Amino acid sequence: MPDTVLSGWGRTAPSRADVVRVGSTDDVTSALTSAGPRGVLARGLGRSYGDAAQNAGGTVLDLSGLDRIDVGSDGVVRAGSGAVLADVIAALEPHGLFVPVSPGTSRVTLGGAVAADVHGKNHHRDGSFGDHLVELEVVLPDGSVRRLGPGSQGDDLAHFRAVVGGMGLTGVVTEVVLRAMPVPSQSVLVDTRRLGSLDAVMDRMASTDDEYRYSVAWIDATAAGAALGRGVVTQGDHAPAGASGDVAAPPRVALPIAPPVGVINRWTVRAFNEAWFRKAPSSRDAELQGVRQFFHPLDGVGAWNRAYGPRGLVQHQCAVPDSEAGVIERLLRLFRDSGAPSFLSVLKRFGPGNDCPLSFPRAGWTLAVDLPGSTPDLARILDRADELVLGAGGRTYLAKDSRIAPEALRAMYPRLPEWLEVRERVDPRRVLVSDLSRRLSL
Amino acid sequence: MIDAHGRPQSVLVLGGGSEIGLAALRAFGPAALRRVVLAGRPGLGLDSAVDTLSAEGFSGVVAAELDVADVPTHEAFVDAAFDEGDIDVVLLVAGVLGDQAEFESDPDAAVAAAQVNYVGSMSLALHVARRLKLQAHGVLVVVSSVAGERARRSNFVYGSTKAAIDSVGLGLVEVLRGTGARALVVRPGFVRTRMTSHLPEAPLAVDPDDVGRAIVDGVVHGKELVYAPPLMRPVMSVLRHLPRPVFRRLGI
Repeated sequence: MPDTVLSGWGRTAPSRADVVRVGSTDDVTSALTSAGPRGVLARGLGRSYGDAAQNAGGTVLDLSGLDRIDVGSDGVVRAGSGAVLADVIAALEPHGLFVPVSPGTSRVTLGGAVAADVHGKNHHRDGSFGDHLVELEVVLPDGSVRRLGPGSQGDDLAHFRAVVGGMGLTGVVTEVVLRAMPVPSQSVLVDTRRLGSLDAVMDRMASTDDEYRYSVAWIDATAAGAALGRGVVTQGDHAPAGASGDVAAPPRVALPIAPPVGVINRWTVRAFNEAWFRKAPSSRDAELQGVRQFFHPLDGVGAWNRAYGPRGLVQHQCAVPDSEAGVIERLLRLFRDSGAPSFLSVLKRFGPGNDCPLSFPRAGWTLAVDLPGSTPDLARILDRADELVLGAGGRTYLAKDSRIAPEALRAMYPRLPEWLEVRERVDPRRVLVSDLSRRLSL
Repeated sequence: MIDAHGRPQSVLVLGGGSEIGLAALRAFGPAALRRVVLAGRPGLGLDSAVDTLSAEGFSGVVAAELDVADVPTHEAFVDAAFDEGDIDVVLLVAGVLGDQAEFESDPDAAVAAAQVNYVGSMSLALHVARRLKLQAHGVLVVVSSVAGERARRSNFVYGSTKAAIDSVGLGLVEVLRGTGARALVVRPGFVRTRMTSHLPEAPLAVDPDDVGRAIVDGVVHGKELVYAPPLMRPVMSVLRHLPRPVFRRLGI
């Protein structure tokens, strides 16, 4: 078994594991039943930012061989959990279908999308990934294979809900069955508004999100004074049939090596954000954008995380209820005033959350910031941010997390005991472990 | 686990009464720490160190009995500590200074010092490295001394033990490379501690807090070798290369 040093997309706290490639459900069963003392974890494409897809000293299953994708005539997709979202999108296109939820990158596996219960620009209308599942095939630590879905009963239903958003700790998903979304075209008609203040951005989203399937704002978390949080709101829906197909794909470039020092710092971030704001049109309606351009612009830049240098990046994404919307501004002030430069800051409104205890989205606002790991005093700054989030009854996102303490997790996810009950039932010996589960005492 | 900011959740201090060990814990801060094991001989300020840290807001601080000179006990001690839960950072800070004149008149005393500073420390370091390899994450910090870089007339016995443990530390840096775990060697200059309070202060002297910060800096930034103060690195580089007649005339 090859020893491999693994890290998350943020490249912050690497550890070593034996990576085992599996090609079938049977392979997963035998890997789980022959697990060593440091346990087993499934890993997709490693796009979670922190330590969620690492298992120090243990086994990590590479499920990329489970990549079969079948699109049924009823719009139901059956696919291996190792199938990549980009490939699913491509397979759906000829059928006039699109994935019901797409996160900011298409370089995730379906298994990863389930484990993190990912969300996209349409959360306010369509919910998260788990809300579109028909069924999952899940291998339990004892080697047994279950089919679980929203229609399951009793313990199986509780288990299904503990798998969605469960970070791979309640069973290894091998097959994902989900309902795709019929779309008139594979392009999106986008309305863009450049707005000079955070209030204007939030007003625009709160008052017009209902009119659009997709809505998100890029905001400038570095601007001085009252311009802090100015941003560009993009909202849209699939274009009517006949609209021209995918507009030219963005060029693919990649950072071949990690520079010895991060090139992302206070000055470059400030300059980038200024330029990004200025280049946006002040107001533009019905611009036709391709799927990749609209949903996955960063996929055109391979390994962009390397630009942060050896200290990597720490992403912080929180969700707070509508009644505590003021926390967004306080967070932005905290980051700016303490010299934490966020290269890319994204603001979005969430619709209601679902019944999965560890699912992140909940009704209100979500803010995601990317901060260089080398930022002086970053630990203290983010501790303070978490206090603000907790004080607002909010939470942070486990797929981005690499730093919170077990107590914080319990406070942020009040339904954690339900999830732990399932984990105790299906994995009493803790065969399924990750560096995240160790850090959070799960 | 060590988090994205390099903060450990669990630390084992070998030489638990050491002021440098306490300073390193303070430099890490209590925020992420949940388990601190101070291992040493009872009565060497161990209990008061537990009380002090607990009063400063550290949680899960316990004392554990360990005799660094008693090599046959080390395997069981290290295994028990790791069996209780992963250890993110191990600080090897055990050491005695001794008295050069006494060492020269009583070679047994010199051997006893070497048993702590080198033999016992090496035994612990090797056992810890074995467990860190299995754990596939974590950092072993070996605190040696610039005294080991070039032995001086005034304390060559102590210097020789530090030279030896320094070599072990650098060897383990190589052993642990690519395993997910790693090792860090820290070379302090003269540190103002109880152990040195009877001595005249040497140039570039530092406080335990300075060494603590150097340790944290090395852990957080993934370094393999750090000096405290950093200026010691070029100074020692020069001293190491001085011809013996010149070095002798410096009177150190």
